[in-house]
Amino acid sequence: MPDDLRTWRNLPDENGRFGEFGGRYVAETLMPLVHDLERAYREAKASNEFRAELDAFLRDYVGRPSPLYFAERLTAHYGGAKIYFKREELNHTGAHKINNCLGQILLAMRMGKTRIIAETGAGQHGVATATVCARFGLPCTVFMGAVDIERQKPNVFRMRLLGAEVRPVTSGAATLKDAMNEALRDWVTNVENTFYIIGTVAGPHPYPELVRDFQSVIGHEARAQHIEKEGKLPDAVIACVGGGSNAIGLFHPFLQDESVAIYGVEAAGRGIDDRFEHSAAIGGGRPGVLHGNRTYLLQNEDGQILEGHSISAGLDYPGVGPEHAYLHSIGRATYLSATDDEALAAFQLCGQLEGILPALESAHALARVGDVAKQLGAGKSIILNLSGRGDKDIFTVADALGTTLA
Amino acid sequence: MSERLAARFAALRAQNRAALIAYVMADDPNPDVSLDILRALPQAGADIIELGFPFTDPMADGPSIQRAGLRSLKAGGSLKRTLALLAKFREEDQATPVILMGYANPIEQMGYADFAAAAKFAGADGLIAVDIPPEEDSPLRAALQNENIALIRMATPTTDAARLPKILEGASGFVYYVSVTGVTGAKAIGPAAAREAVQRIKRATDLPVAVGFGVRDAESARAIAEVADAVVVGSAFVDEIAKAVDADRIQDAPQNVAHKVKLLADAVHGAARTAQQESARA
Repeated sequence: MPDDLRTWRNLPDENGRFGEFGGRYVAETLMPLVHDLERAYREAKASNEFRAELDAFLRDYVGRPSPLYFAERLTAHYGGAKIYFKREELNHTGAHKINNCLGQILLAMRMGKTRIIAETGAGQHGVATATVCARFGLPCTVFMGAVDIERQKPNVFRMRLLGAEVRPVTSGAATLKDAMNEALRDWVTNVENTFYIIGTVAGPHPYPELVRDFQSVIGHEARAQHIEKEGKLPDAVIACVGGGSNAIGLFHPFLQDESVAIYGVEAAGRGIDDRFEHSAAIGGGRPGVLHGNRTYLLQNEDGQILEGHSISAGLDYPGVGPEHAYLHSIGRATYLSATDDEALAAFQLCGQLEGILPALESAHALARVGDVAKQLGAGKSIILNLSGRGDKDIFTVADALGTTLA
Repeated sequence: MSERLAARFAALRAQNRAALIAYVMADDPNPDVSLDILRALPQAGADIIELGFPFTDPMADGPSIQRAGLRSLKAGGSLKRTLALLAKFREEDQATPVILMGYANPIEQMGYADFAAAAKFAGADGLIAVDIPPEEDSPLRAALQNENIALIRMATPTTDAARLPKILEGASGFVYYVSVTGVTGAKAIGPAAAREAVQRIKRATDLPVAVGFGVRDAESARAIAEVADAVVVGSAFVDEIAKAVDADRIQDAPQNVAHKVKLLADAVHGAARTAQQESARA
């Protein structure tokens, strides 16, 4: 284990591997592009100028640092460890997604790319991508499943207001994974000028690494803020996991802190069983290859990908980032799950006790934070990534609660 | 590599003609009709068969083959069923080389060694794994080598002089030149650029070079066949199956596909080829 500890922060290796997970499983046409991207990213990462430019936009455009907030009444409610919220929902566009989009679009411009594509499920990553494209004046095409377009009309309109073209995807099951397939097909067709901004820690190497690095601002800030407030490290960190970008952003700066327990919370939907009405790739899937990397996937015996389900569209993805698969396999992080009903209850509780309507995604982490807080006990503390705000979800919640909105 | 594949290319070379490689998806539109289609291909002039196995997320395929995959899955298609279909085909045809084509995950789930053994048993001669590039294919290649099954590698318009040797090192069977940047069947091929690329690849390898992804009509097939060792056509055949399904005349699919295959086979076989194709590299 100590040997592993030393290498955790150096992963992925030069082949994009996190242990047996990750890699570059893409069509040959794209291989030179992912190699180019990796080279460009290494250069950018080493550039003070790039870092300074990104930091300035994160501060003045996104509104970073986001606060670390002591959720006093929720803490009292559970009667265990102190619960802190990392307030990513206060970022411009209302979620953590913008951290990554800013990083990637600056990288795209550095590479001389003139057109941006992205995939989106719930629309949050699409909105964040459309936002940065508007800001930097690059044309933007967002691929979105036709089924999701129906479910997420407000975000579709937001993207259009921001000047993006939202292209409906009708292939396959017409949801997020198909949107990602279609974005890859566009990329392979427009290799010269197009940059693909992937929204989560998936895709071929180097995407899982670079998205993680751009999101790690969350954990770096939270770590320093917690030390400032409590004079010590937290005892645990917790975040929801779909693809897992907000989670890895919080977790990564804590990996070498052995005393900090790490919890990811997957979407258990209507229960983790062989009906596959859930999106818990680690909890209810098996390793396989999809969208450029080897990771845990919802799939049948033949390796066909299953759709999964979650009340939270942002967690409704049949895979999970390869680094999460690795952290699970070596036991550094523990992956729990929360059902639709538990997330709904946590959504309401957080609104009533803290005056914050969380995104349904974040509500999955909230649904498990009480268990962890009680297990840790008083005198300990835990940081929860409040990765997005819940305004986008009020229609879904109303529907689930049997309320009709005008 | 597979003897059947080597023998077929040797025979074609002796006749100084190029091969038509015909792609169809296994179990499209259903297992019975799919077997009839397979059996019709060699009779109509296909020299080599590329047999697709279905995957829910075919990232490199255009609409035609995407829909073929969905039809196959709906009919109960899978990698196992694909191999069963091939075994049935082999009962009557031991001469036509068959290359399996598909995506990584069904192979991963079967396991590389089990897949290689099952593919050999069914009578496969090669594999094209679309989303397993050279960087990732060593374990699979080793498993296939044990069974004398060729792992076909791809070169593309994005392959530069620095990358080509990496692709050719460890390539077997033939080299598949993806002639357009894009998905299968979507863009039309630019014959001039493809011919130039084929010549560039042939200067670097003794393996036969096949060209595919953008060949839909007799004219472009003929132009490619003048320089390449094989021309791959897929979407144009799969579209014939789609038309038969849409017209509710599934039983017509084999003859409709055969008709199209014959058109393209005649073009490929009739191409005026310059002599000494094979002596590109002494």
